[in-house]
Amino acid sequence: MGVDATASSREEVLRRIRSAIRDTPASDVVAIHAEWEALPRIYKQNASLDREAKLAMLEDRLRDYDANVQRAKLCEIGMTIGKILADRGKRRMVVPAGLVEALGQSLPAGFVFAVDEGMTSAELDGFEGVLTASTLAIAETGTIVLQNVPGQGRRAPTLIPDYHLCIVRAADVVETVPEAMVHLQATASLATTFVSGPSATADIEMTRIKGVHGPRFLDVILAT
Amino acid sequence: MSGAALDPTTAPKFQVAAKALMGDSQLRKNVRHATNVIQKKRARVVEEMPDWQELRESGKEIRRHTMRHLDFYLEQFERNCTAAGGVVHWAKDAEEARQIVVALVKASGGAGGSPTEVIKIKSMTTEEIQLNKALEAAGIHAYETDLAELIIQLGHDQPSHIVVPALHKNRAQIREIFQREMNLPDLGGTPQDLADAARKFLREKFLRVKTAVSGANFLIAETGGVCIVESEGNGRMCLTLPDTLISVAGIDKVIPRFQDLEVLLQLLPRSATGERMNPYNSLWAGVDKTSLGGDGPRTFHVVLMDNARTEILADEESRQTLHCIRCGACQNACPVYQQTGGHAYGSVYAGPIGAILTPQLMEMHHAQSLPYASSLCGACYEVCPVKINIPEVLIHLRNKVVKQQSSGLNILANPEVMALKAVAMVFRNETVFHAAQKLGRLGELPLSRKDGQGDAWIEWLPGMLGGWTQVRDLHVMPKQTFRQWFEARGKDAAGRRADDQTGNGTAVRATRRPGDTVEKGTGNGR
Repeated sequence: MGVDATASSREEVLRRIRSAIRDTPASDVVAIHAEWEALPRIYKQNASLDREAKLAMLEDRLRDYDANVQRAKLCEIGMTIGKILADRGKRRMVVPAGLVEALGQSLPAGFVFAVDEGMTSAELDGFEGVLTASTLAIAETGTIVLQNVPGQGRRAPTLIPDYHLCIVRAADVVETVPEAMVHLQATASLATTFVSGPSATADIEMTRIKGVHGPRFLDVILAT
Repeated sequence: MSGAALDPTTAPKFQVAAKALMGDSQLRKNVRHATNVIQKKRARVVEEMPDWQELRESGKEIRRHTMRHLDFYLEQFERNCTAAGGVVHWAKDAEEARQIVVALVKASGGAGGSPTEVIKIKSMTTEEIQLNKALEAAGIHAYETDLAELIIQLGHDQPSHIVVPALHKNRAQIREIFQREMNLPDLGGTPQDLADAARKFLREKFLRVKTAVSGANFLIAETGGVCIVESEGNGRMCLTLPDTLISVAGIDKVIPRFQDLEVLLQLLPRSATGERMNPYNSLWAGVDKTSLGGDGPRTFHVVLMDNARTEILADEESRQTLHCIRCGACQNACPVYQQTGGHAYGSVYAGPIGAILTPQLMEMHHAQSLPYASSLCGACYEVCPVKINIPEVLIHLRNKVVKQQSSGLNILANPEVMALKAVAMVFRNETVFHAAQKLGRLGELPLSRKDGQGDAWIEWLPGMLGGWTQVRDLHVMPKQTFRQWFEARGKDAAGRRADDQTGNGTAVRATRRPGDTVEKGTGNGR
């Protein structure tokens, strides 16, 4: 295999495709885009619930997948973080850069909050948990969306430690998946992770088991 | 089923393999249990979606649109992925894909020389091309990191389901494999114990191995991004922590735009595992150069593989096979799969989707028995999230198989086709047909036996015809054919014409339809 081989394979595969779809009338970019725009999309796109029902649905769906959820006022976030970590017995936490700014709150005293500035996997493995903000949450599916932005950071820190405490602002909760995709469209090229509950598997007799390789424990603070 | 790879070029006929597997009551129990559980979970989360049918329709149309413009979207994906720092490779077939991946893995070690290990995310595409064997031959060991794939790998077994490849094994069997292969004699037997053992076994590999190989669920043309859908976090480990990631994807995996995920990410998890959303979806484009320490691998390759997909694309009637998003719902719903499990299909793609995909990937040269591995009940079509009309494609492929087997020298190798050719000859000529009927009445005499009601039945037929009488009795041929009866009736009717004039004729005719006579006289109505 060399550059030439794969270049000619490229031409060959494209030639085969064009020959296979001869029945499609030749179309330019404009026509293809117009055809895409005209695709039927009569599924539910917009919210139908009021704010409280939407938040309740998110809580219900998160709990259904073994995440713990707690509500807290935005101004009491710091205190709530301290309480949850104390209850969990977690002290050494890794946090992404920009978290304090993202929360608009200082972090509680009595814990280690080490900022990830390119830690190695082995270094990350030495922490008891990770604390992050989030881009948005989807009520209908119990999903939290994380992106590589200040306050959420790289993907490795939310993966290697066994415990994830995540803060979701009530204002960032949407009801449906289509609403979420509209919000994410502008940042579609960023590394993005949809998290729905702690890691899980049903590979053994279809029995859902919480916690395999990703964080086995997920706590969510819903900031209202 | 042991170590031999599921290879459609060497696999026995479905009917033969199925018969053997039907004798394994433990396997059948495991498969039945698992498919029942997934089906119930799926039904529950599909029922709560009032717009499910509208989503299916959109899913179908998005996939159809993509295939109509596949060249355009693949080139767009290539452009955007490259701009984001990824490297795109093209492979005409399995052999070329294997060569590319092996060469990329070898090069990923840089000055340190070829790595001897890679970590892998579950990927049916890499199973399809038997990549692990090729890596092994190049001195590279691939660690499967999905729990089910790990069970398969350590058990020297083969996948039997697209989504839950080890569904044919129960916890006791899995425990035995782990005890032996991980050297854990005291391992407990609960699913939690087994998952914990897998976590410990693989964690060190996630943190150490620097090259990963994956498949892909979706390639997004608009952004050049890739989407991988998973549950355990092993996928995230493989696509985030290593220095090099190599993703192998069929050319059918491309989707036009980011927004299309709003349909597919609703359809896929609910159909596949009966979850509203699976625990993790990862989306990324190329490589990240801005974050401190980097976010994800420094080198990212995508291998776009044809491997006969363009053959499927060229057949307008079965093109919809390529719409598949690999959810496995058709397997769970299939009454045939539920009885036989996946191995009988002799392919990594089992069940209804496998029955249409596998023979086409083999360009109809192998796996010709698979289009017949179905009762055409339509359960697969009903649950398919992108509305692939599998029964329609099955019939289309049966037609292709018949045409292929009845052309040229193939006839000589196929007694069934020879017999049907002979029958066709008999049916084409009236004199020969009548002679054959007479011969048939004579020939069946020694085989027939009268029942209590005076009806004669054949309970046993010789040779290939015996397939029919194995499960049902055959009525003897009627003494009189319809044509003979009709001609005789014509003579009768002439005599009765006088009656008609009196006004009684209509009533008489109404009670004497041909069907009555046939039923009474010959019992042909069965």
